[in-house]
Amino acid sequence: MLNYVLRRVAIAIPTILLLVVISFVLMYSAPGGPFNSERPLPAQVMANIEARYGLDQPYWKQMFDYVWNVVVHFDFGPSFQYRDRTVNDVIAQGFPVTLTYGFWSFVVALVVGVSLGVAAAVRHNSWLDYLAVGISIGAQVLPNFVMAPILVLVFTLWLGWLPGGGWQGGQVEYIILPVIALSTSYMASIARITRSSMLEVLNAGFIRTARAKGLPTSRIIWKHALKPTMLPVLSYLGPAFVGMITGSVIIDVFFSTGGIGQFFVNSAFNRDYSVIMGITILVGVLTVTFNLVVDLLYAWIDPKIRY
Amino acid sequence: MTLKTHLLAGTAALLAMTGAAYAESHAMTEHPETGEKLATDQTFTYRVLDEFPSIDPNLIEDVEGSHIGRNLFEGLMNQDAKGDVVPGVATGYEVSEDGLTYTFTLRDDAKWSNGEPVVAGDFVYSWRRAADPATASEYQWYMGLMKLANIDEVIAGDKSPEELGVEAVDDHTLKVTLSQPLPYFPQMVTHTTTFPVPQATIEEHGDAWTQPGNMVSNGAYVLADRVPQEYITLQKNPEYWDAENVIIEEVTALVINDENQALTRYLAGEFDQTDVPAGQFPRLSQEYPEQAVSVPNLCSYYYNLNVSDSGPEALADPKVREALYLAIDRNVITENVLGGGQEPAYTLTHWATAGFEVPSIEVAEMSQQERNERAAQLMSEAGYGKDGEPLTLDILYNTSESHKQVATAISQMWKQTLGVETTLANMEWQTFLTERHEKNYEIARAGWCADYNEASSFLDIMQTESSYNDSGFSSEAYDKLMADATTAEDPLPLYTEAETILTAEFPILPIYHYATVFMMDENIKGYPLENAQDNWYAKDLYRVAGE
Repeated sequence: MLNYVLRRVAIAIPTILLLVVISFVLMYSAPGGPFNSERPLPAQVMANIEARYGLDQPYWKQMFDYVWNVVVHFDFGPSFQYRDRTVNDVIAQGFPVTLTYGFWSFVVALVVGVSLGVAAAVRHNSWLDYLAVGISIGAQVLPNFVMAPILVLVFTLWLGWLPGGGWQGGQVEYIILPVIALSTSYMASIARITRSSMLEVLNAGFIRTARAKGLPTSRIIWKHALKPTMLPVLSYLGPAFVGMITGSVIIDVFFSTGGIGQFFVNSAFNRDYSVIMGITILVGVLTVTFNLVVDLLYAWIDPKIRY
Repeated sequence: MTLKTHLLAGTAALLAMTGAAYAESHAMTEHPETGEKLATDQTFTYRVLDEFPSIDPNLIEDVEGSHIGRNLFEGLMNQDAKGDVVPGVATGYEVSEDGLTYTFTLRDDAKWSNGEPVVAGDFVYSWRRAADPATASEYQWYMGLMKLANIDEVIAGDKSPEELGVEAVDDHTLKVTLSQPLPYFPQMVTHTTTFPVPQATIEEHGDAWTQPGNMVSNGAYVLADRVPQEYITLQKNPEYWDAENVIIEEVTALVINDENQALTRYLAGEFDQTDVPAGQFPRLSQEYPEQAVSVPNLCSYYYNLNVSDSGPEALADPKVREALYLAIDRNVITENVLGGGQEPAYTLTHWATAGFEVPSIEVAEMSQQERNERAAQLMSEAGYGKDGEPLTLDILYNTSESHKQVATAISQMWKQTLGVETTLANMEWQTFLTERHEKNYEIARAGWCADYNEASSFLDIMQTESSYNDSGFSSEAYDKLMADATTAEDPLPLYTEAETILTAEFPILPIYHYATVFMMDENIKGYPLENAQDNWYAKDLYRVAGE
């Protein structure tokens, strides 16, 4: 087991490095640059700015210096777009915000999604099943960029119950709408996966045996059926979790939460190279980490899996 | 001094102190000039599209950042509600005979928010810093436009910033030397790049001096709080020399990327001002006539025709260019496509530019039908279109719903009137800028906003050497007119002539002059609706008590 973990970590390092190289190449091959503007700067002014940020160095040297600073000093460099902030500042400010509503969205999606899925499977072909399937399909076809404006229209403009955006240090009333908007479609997917997986498990031999032994249904469901049901759900949860805590661009844009997603998109448009790299690496590391966590959880849930 | 006068002076001082304390505890209930009843809540909250790259006056590069800069800092001169120059830190200035030396007199009661006096040396430090290559300000070029003596050499690093043409004669006298006369120079010092910055604070904190807690400023407001991508809050500066006439106590800008989301939140009463999304002005001005506002904005929208060697052969023919120019029905675009108070443009310079009169040209007076007939005739003379060689042109624009609508409308007009086919291509901003600048296009959308309220700010871009002249147009006569205009007593006739050259050669097709459309709470008063640059100062605003 420990060997397996070490091996995975050893593979993760070149994976991240490869990610850095590919991002660097893609970024520099896109036309434009961080200091391009509608009125092109006089050559001398441009040269002064590029010198300040080291953009006048050869590409390989820029990349090497960058990686060196990240690995040795854990310094992602200054933002090219925001003069008074470093990339570390940007991440330190935006990531906790995204992490907060991402985490709560994950909890909501998981609890509601699994409950709906289980209920639908247990009462297969009943009104409860149709209702649960109906809700999850409804939620699936309402992507968050449609959900967000609708929520604001209803809860802010018409009902006046909740603020339509902002973060204010993460007060509860500011978190509710982003969490609903972000969790809905994930919840729908989780419900559907849980339902079909549970239906399959309920038809398995060991469940029939449990029933034959005369175990109460609730015990069969919670004690015997749920754990194997979660295997396919789990493989979905890993990437979904990373997605929720990092890439909620739509949520950031619509609810002005000041999260990391907004910085990521703006940095791509502004060619803010260092912010693009910093967030790419953050997302990369998180993805690799949670993939590993999911694989380890597999072994815990399914005794047949051995590393 | 006798004992009596001592006593009198003492009493006066005591009275003044209690007076100040009284004013502090009893906020104004009526506007001192208009007598309107003021609301108890004197805050102003507005929406901005995006986070400000910087709020350091020497580095500010965007319009929204400059609003923040004008509220936090004060330059030599301010603008009034109409955009005219009025005293700021300087009470006035004198110009030398040859127009090369400006001497500004600074008021002696101007203070920084830490209580230190604002002196001429603060301006000298700021201007040198803005020009210094080490600062690497994108607005170095603006210092170049100001024609300060030695500016080009300083930017190039050939001379030290100390040799820049600005010096402090004494604490209250600032002497500026120019390399050539610039009649609109006082207008230029209302721009944020020229505002004073606090040397001691910058030296203490470095780039972090603009963060809350560190920043020291000399404007009507001080920085209270800032969360990037979320909001920035300014609070009234008690040290400001005219603080007793500042009514708004707190100014907040909320960063909201999505304009429709912002509008919904505005309508829910969350804040006082937001932009109107494209195409929604007619509906909003009917539903909320008191709140929907349209004001001219000093920007012009036009199409570049690539007349350089890399451009298509057809565009080398002036007849083709004129036909394209004539066949655009600008009223359809301003009224049906945009509908936000924009004005049809037949010439480049915005109609609301100070001291400028739009030249009366023949085409502007014609009906669209007459224009279309003449366009069709020119196109057939050139041998293209309906009864000639088929012609297909590419229109390039930066990705945006409204640019797409305009391009679609124009392509229809050209097709119907001239039989010219078009293909539309949109590109993400940075890619678009690069392609256009490298002249990899046939027709490309452009928009230009004046840096200062004077016609040359528009007309300069068509000079051969201008970095924004992406059409590849070059005319010796035009360049000479623009050079002469800088020293002319009355440059207006020269500007008119320059516009005439553009409407004879058609390197660009002016389409419309911008308007800013926004929603604003009807209780907010004092907004400078007649200032075509939209340079507003929160110190001039106030909120009246609603019914």
